[in-house]
Amino acid sequence: MAQAVTSPGVAQQAGAPPAAALERPDFQIVPRAGLPLVALVMALLIAGIAANKLWPLEFLHVVGGAAWTIIDLFLGFILGPIIGRMSIPARIEFTTRLMPKMVLLMPTVVTVTLAAGWQLSTNLGTNQSNYMLHGWVVASFIVVGVMAVVALGLLEPANIAVLVELKKPRPNPAVIERLMKRFIYTAGVTGLMQVATLVIMTKLASG
Amino acid sequence: MSAREQAADGARLPPVTQVGMLSLALIVAAGIYLSAHLPKHVPLAPAIALLAASALLLAGNLLALARARGFHWRRFLQIARWALLAYAIIAGMIEYVFLRNHTSGGPLVVLTLALVVFAVHVPVLIGFTVARYDDAG
Repeated sequence: MAQAVTSPGVAQQAGAPPAAALERPDFQIVPRAGLPLVALVMALLIAGIAANKLWPLEFLHVVGGAAWTIIDLFLGFILGPIIGRMSIPARIEFTTRLMPKMVLLMPTVVTVTLAAGWQLSTNLGTNQSNYMLHGWVVASFIVVGVMAVVALGLLEPANIAVLVELKKPRPNPAVIERLMKRFIYTAGVTGLMQVATLVIMTKLASG
Repeated sequence: MSAREQAADGARLPPVTQVGMLSLALIVAAGIYLSAHLPKHVPLAPAIALLAASALLLAGNLLALARARGFHWRRFLQIARWALLAYAIIAGMIEYVFLRNHTSGGPLVVLTLALVVFAVHVPVLIGFTVARYDDAG
């Protein structure tokens, strides 16, 4: 269901008459329908770690890592610049459809990748300091650490704040603009970090 | 300038995001330091120092926020409590991996406390970012 929002700031920016109404789709900040799916993935993760078998751990780490990398690269280098050039009404509509899904998807994908990855490396012995490519493993920790700080400190709060702002009866377009810029820039930074992740992981996989 | 525009400007509020990112960077550094030395016995002092600095920044952030005038606490708490639940689950998953791998003693204490700082500071950052752009309460 769409909501009509009168937002003078948006109208002025778009050069439209001051009382132009914005169509804003109704949405949930955290899509409740996705929560059982998240719970299922978390249960699979716990089972995979408890079993400590190579295949489930490899599956969870590779699937989670691939999803994380692809989403970050796609968002940072393809969708981000496109969103940046969209009109504000189009950006709002796109945001209300994409970002609630990201609120559930990204923390799940990141948790699965890291938890399964650590258990996998313990299983294989690749997180031991006597492993021949130990420097590369530590480099992967650093890259993940940088991504974590940027994502948790800037990207995730901006994502939630945009959605909360859009839920208001009269969203402030200046706030949305500022937070979306933050979101797009930080998505670019994490995209760059993912390129480093690809270099490191392919090196580790090939020995 | 309306209260809302002032809130959007954020000029009155302490630099919670910047301090929070520094705090997160310090606990990430502590985690990397400990995990990079496995399975060797590693001196815990650098990790404890990083953790203590991170916890101090968290405390400083909360104190600075408590003293900020016009901060929208209702909105902050509304968002931060759910974020706290989510990040407590994430931290619990990471703790489970440590326990599953028989991490014990000093390293387990440091890593657990680091997870506590992480699980508290991220919701603070999310709640702050949302509340700073809200109407002043």
